[in-house]
Amino acid sequence: MKTHSELTSPMVPLPYRLCEISEEIPSCMTLRVEPESEEFFQPWMPGQFFMIYVFGHGEVPVSTSGNPEKQGQLTFTVMSVGSVTQAICRLTPGDSIGLRGPFGSVWPLDKLEGRDIIVMAGGLGLAPLRPVLYHLLSHGDAYGDIRLLYGTRQPDKIVFSDEVLQWHQDKTIDVEVTVDNAGRDWTGKVGVITDLLKDISLNTSNTSVLICGPEVMMRFSAYALLDLGVAASNIFVSMERNMKCAVKTCGRCQYGPYFICHDGPVFSFDRVRHLFKVREL
Amino acid sequence: MADKDRVFVLKHNELQRLFDVLVDWGYTLVGPKLGNGAIVLGELRQVSDLPQGWSEVQDAGTYRLKRRNDQALFGFNNGPHSFKKYLFPPKSKLWQGEKNNEGRIRVIEAPDTASPFAFIGVRPCDLEAIQVQDRVFMEHKYPDPLYSQRRAKALVIVINCSQAAKTCFCTSMNTGPRARAGYDLALTEILDGEQHYFTVEVGSERGEAIWAEVPYGHANEKQIESSLACSRKAQQEMGRKIDISDIKELLYNNYDNTRWDELEKRCLTCGNCTMACPTCFCSKVEDVTDLTGEHAERWREWDSCFTMDFSYIHGGNVRSSARSRYRHWLVHKLATWLDQFGTSGCVGCGRCITWCPVGIDLTEEIQLLRQGEHKEDIDHG
Amino acid sequence: MVSIKSIHNLIAENAFFEKMSSTHLETLAGCGKLAHFKEGEFLVREGDCANAFYLIRSGKVAIECHVPASGEVSIARIGAGDITGYSWLFPPYRNNFDSRALTDVSAVVLDGRCLRGKTEQDHELGYQLMKRFAQVMLDRLQATRRQMLDVYTYDGTPDENSF
Repeated sequence: MKTHSELTSPMVPLPYRLCEISEEIPSCMTLRVEPESEEFFQPWMPGQFFMIYVFGHGEVPVSTSGNPEKQGQLTFTVMSVGSVTQAICRLTPGDSIGLRGPFGSVWPLDKLEGRDIIVMAGGLGLAPLRPVLYHLLSHGDAYGDIRLLYGTRQPDKIVFSDEVLQWHQDKTIDVEVTVDNAGRDWTGKVGVITDLLKDISLNTSNTSVLICGPEVMMRFSAYALLDLGVAASNIFVSMERNMKCAVKTCGRCQYGPYFICHDGPVFSFDRVRHLFKVREL
Repeated sequence: MADKDRVFVLKHNELQRLFDVLVDWGYTLVGPKLGNGAIVLGELRQVSDLPQGWSEVQDAGTYRLKRRNDQALFGFNNGPHSFKKYLFPPKSKLWQGEKNNEGRIRVIEAPDTASPFAFIGVRPCDLEAIQVQDRVFMEHKYPDPLYSQRRAKALVIVINCSQAAKTCFCTSMNTGPRARAGYDLALTEILDGEQHYFTVEVGSERGEAIWAEVPYGHANEKQIESSLACSRKAQQEMGRKIDISDIKELLYNNYDNTRWDELEKRCLTCGNCTMACPTCFCSKVEDVTDLTGEHAERWREWDSCFTMDFSYIHGGNVRSSARSRYRHWLVHKLATWLDQFGTSGCVGCGRCITWCPVGIDLTEEIQLLRQGEHKEDIDHG
Repeated sequence: MVSIKSIHNLIAENAFFEKMSSTHLETLAGCGKLAHFKEGEFLVREGDCANAFYLIRSGKVAIECHVPASGEVSIARIGAGDITGYSWLFPPYRNNFDSRALTDVSAVVLDGRCLRGKTEQDHELGYQLMKRFAQVMLDRLQATRRQMLDVYTYDGTPDENSF
């Protein structure tokens, strides 16, 4: 069996079949796909993304959201926001899609062994971090305390809500969830995600934080962590920009000197801290 | 210059022989010719296709053809085209896809059908631009197949400059006016009274093999000196200068300089600079399908960072203002390109200055940015 | 003919400092000077050290946050008699948002670092300032909470269950 790059050039998608598709929250679907042929098999690592191609519609970059221990299938969580993502969300099991990838840098799990880890996710940002949580759960002994801090708009916008609840109940990960506003049946916290940092005690020199969410949320979260004494080199963010080629050639995903498809999407905050301050970069 | 015993001479009326040899070898010749009121690049067959006796007047936002009072074949500098249009074509098909009755997709790469190109009359700055694009398209994890193939087969015949336009600044960028290496053949045109000839330097084995089929003699001392004098003349006539000694620090520290606000008042975001620039490489990918929905194609096309939706994500554009788009282009061209590819993105050809409809001159802008540098002591958290 | 008022008078006539003693007004004036901004200029930028605050005399100022791909989002607008902020009072003394002039603005800029020192020595001054700033913070917090309710969810599209 060959990997994508052994079979074809990186601009050519390979055919995958949709096995399963289910709704996470309104307009947001999780898909599970597998290769259409036994000729190829594509391993991936948490943090990376694929370009998903819908025949006749176009392509979008989507991070993997599945379990890195189960490499045979690829899982993606997609929000319907434009014509291609809408087409993806309307697919039914048995449909064919094209995949190119994986591309991009990875969450530095190998550098985090022995450390306390905080996974900080905002909104749909939990999807690219879910592979990390699966990995941490499977290899819990290799790491210190593991925490998930999750913030979103309202309770009905919590993605992977069943799993989040399960992790909370199992107490394998310390889970804290907060929403911007809620109705009476929500018994959890209400407030911004950075408030969750106030309730936890950190061993700042031995803590690494992985953040994914809207850029404003990552910005304020990173600043709050710096104020608490976590070093910028121990904070990691996942950046996003317009992307067409994913192979460092169309120029659209540039962020300062970096190409997000190639140098990112995962960056340690010390590399991008000065860029976060620049408006319209 | 090559060793003096490796400098040859070709009479101007023998240039056709070189063209014929290239055609025999299967090359498609491309080079300068008149078209649309300018000197553009197109296919050549005869030496008479060249813009003999023509020159140009160039300045910020200005380009005019001008008749020379001699019969120089290459008596001009550059027009709006560069050789990137052959190595990195404005539109190219990446692949085509089929969907069968069962909905299964199959995608096949589109092969390149162009025959090898012989680039005639490549200015030293344009040779440098090709080498800059070599790094962009070839020297990384995913070399571009189309660029790589065409580049490997392309023959580069430089024409060293005997004059400089008002918009030229290759000396500041250390890219001219005389080519040092990277060419197959390098010609310098000399008109001296009744004499009209080229000195020729061979830069590669392929150039050597082609040159062997053309009638030639060795250049004498006087001819070599005349050739070098052409370059000195071009150097003296150089239209503009730019100080790039601290360019990365200058641009990285001046994202908030008020000069960008001034530029916003002028820049139309038309993107002419990116089209004319020989190193700009940004593109877009278009997926098209026929009415049956069973046949699809993916095309790559030139794009410009000045377009509104170049930076579109999440329902908005990251670089919404003209200010941010111009800043992105200039900072990329002169600064971040250094970190990305190890060279500057600018070769000093001056096309962006000539072809900007409002005459924005980046050599002037860099100076003004330097003068307007934010001197206030702001504490940054 | 322009009459040049003393900083003391400019501060004294501003509603924010109403009922402050003249000794305290003198102290404040000693830490203040005039400032002018053209439309579009920043008074304060996110991330900068908060060592100053502005008392707006005329013009309009937007308190903003830059949201990539959405641009500058206004979260509050202030005008004559208002204060730009209170980050200078509390560690880590850093501005959390931008303040940008929407029109030409004239203001009195007060040196927060200087005032922090003075209030440590003169607790009565500290109390008087805290009282006024606490009111600003309370008003803004309550407004922000109401903004968060996102009450304008009905966009006018009729649904089956409505009349």
